[in-house]
Amino acid sequence: MKPGLIIRLVILALLVAFIVTPESFAWVFQPLTKNGQPAIYTQNSLMNLTLSHLTIVAIATIASTLLAVGLAILVTRPFGAEFLPLSRSLANIGQTFPPVAVLALAVPVLGFGTAPTLVALFLYGLLPIFENALTGLTTLPPTVTEAARGVGMTDRQRLLGVELPLATPVILAGIRLSVVISVATATIGSTVAASTLGEVIIAGLLSNNIAFIAQGGLVVGVMAVLIYDALSALERVLMARTGQRRLQS
Amino acid sequence: MIEIDALTKDYLELTVVDHVSLTVADGEIAVIVGTSGSGKTTLLRMINRLIEPTSGTVKIDGQDTRAVPAFELRRRIGYAIQGHGLFPHRTVGQNIATVPTLLGWDKQKIAARVDELLSLFQLEPAEFRDRLPSELSGGQQQRVGVARALAAEPRLLLMDEPFGALDPIIRAKAQSDLLAIQKRFGTTIVLVTHDMEEAIHLGSRIAVMDKGKLLQYAPPAEIIARPATPFVAELIGTGERPFRLLSLGKVRDLVEPGPAQGEPISADASLRDAYAECLWSGREVLPVIDADGKIIGRIRRDDIARRAERPQ
Repeated sequence: MKPGLIIRLVILALLVAFIVTPESFAWVFQPLTKNGQPAIYTQNSLMNLTLSHLTIVAIATIASTLLAVGLAILVTRPFGAEFLPLSRSLANIGQTFPPVAVLALAVPVLGFGTAPTLVALFLYGLLPIFENALTGLTTLPPTVTEAARGVGMTDRQRLLGVELPLATPVILAGIRLSVVISVATATIGSTVAASTLGEVIIAGLLSNNIAFIAQGGLVVGVMAVLIYDALSALERVLMARTGQRRLQS
Repeated sequence: MIEIDALTKDYLELTVVDHVSLTVADGEIAVIVGTSGSGKTTLLRMINRLIEPTSGTVKIDGQDTRAVPAFELRRRIGYAIQGHGLFPHRTVGQNIATVPTLLGWDKQKIAARVDELLSLFQLEPAEFRDRLPSELSGGQQQRVGVARALAAEPRLLLMDEPFGALDPIIRAKAQSDLLAIQKRFGTTIVLVTHDMEEAIHLGSRIAVMDKGKLLQYAPPAEIIARPATPFVAELIGTGERPFRLLSLGKVRDLVEPGPAQGEPISADASLRDAYAECLWSGREVLPVIDADGKIIGRIRRDDIARRAERPQ
């Protein structure tokens, strides 16, 4: 086993251990507390918060992937080419809105809770996936697309059999960026009462408890790094399996 | 048989292919030669409708190519291109099986056909079937590309500079393989190249194109002896003419009985090779052997030289 993998597995084990039994790590966070504050956040189970956090991210990412890849396929077909600029602007607008602004705008319509957070993450995740899907679908080797036409594949067979499989690693890179942004951004959802790890951080900010802020931040940060690494590894496997050279990242 | 009639392609103001008409008989190898921008590739790609003509018709065995959907037409026509265009995510076997799979052949028949083609192209099936194209050398990839084009036993094969990316030695091998396979299956081939040497070596008829127009369409000997325009003559190369003519003939054609000294030459060698051997070894006559290595006579330098003269 490579040392990098061992380090990641150790970090993953520590993360899981902390989420399952946060109290056993109280000694780590004790030095950060003042005036006998509690070292570990216990109002809500850390495990439930983490699972809910990840679920929100997963749902939002799946939704943005479906829409972004769908749009990218549409605008790279001959009949959809004229919608390319429009769809690009839409995805860009999604990215330009600060997530807090999206939350603020969505709450009056959707109420407090998970829904506005999902909307914000969904909009925020669109652009990286869309841009990467576009790149993946438009930079295929010309001899390969030419051959796909030349052997008599229909448009649909070319898309499903050649273009999408070859573009998958690049699309996955977009999903990776989007997931990492969402894991971080989901914490803000707790300001509108979504159940995420942001709750721990906000509790720390309200009670001036650095230990809470640190443990919330650490869990989110470590998860983001591990997910990023795992998806990068998956990309490399897919690149090799589709016979393409490894992208420099 | 392919009948191309007044085929034209315009891009806005520019006419890329200008009223080209030619007929390729069954089992022939028609080579389209021209410089870049001559319209030769566009002409080829209009045959399987990768490019739709502006006007004119293409008939294959009497049927207008527009009578069937383009994708169905293409499944019937083999297509091999420069840089092979293999699908990088599919194994060699899956690549070769592309068209049979599209046509819905049953699995066993496809597997048998893939192995047959791999052996035909001197690629051990068990070793190469499950490899990815990226794990092959350039020459092997090119062979798989041609094997894929031949997989569904097309009667017509279109090739766009198929050997352009190969080094000279592999290229010569690929050319002789193609000739052997063409002989075996009787496939009609239309091949595009910018290399007159390749055209003369492979073609039973050569079509010379320039600026979208067909300048001459004739057998190689005719093109060399009587170029229709100065451009055709230039493409052949005036200094090369006698040797190109010799390269068309075989030693077998000029064998006569009689003794000769020294290293023998094969009856299947070209007259050009025999002449080169005469010059290099300083001999007037060479012994000739057949495929079994038996001496069947001799060939004289003067006779060869006479064949290099301009035909009347």
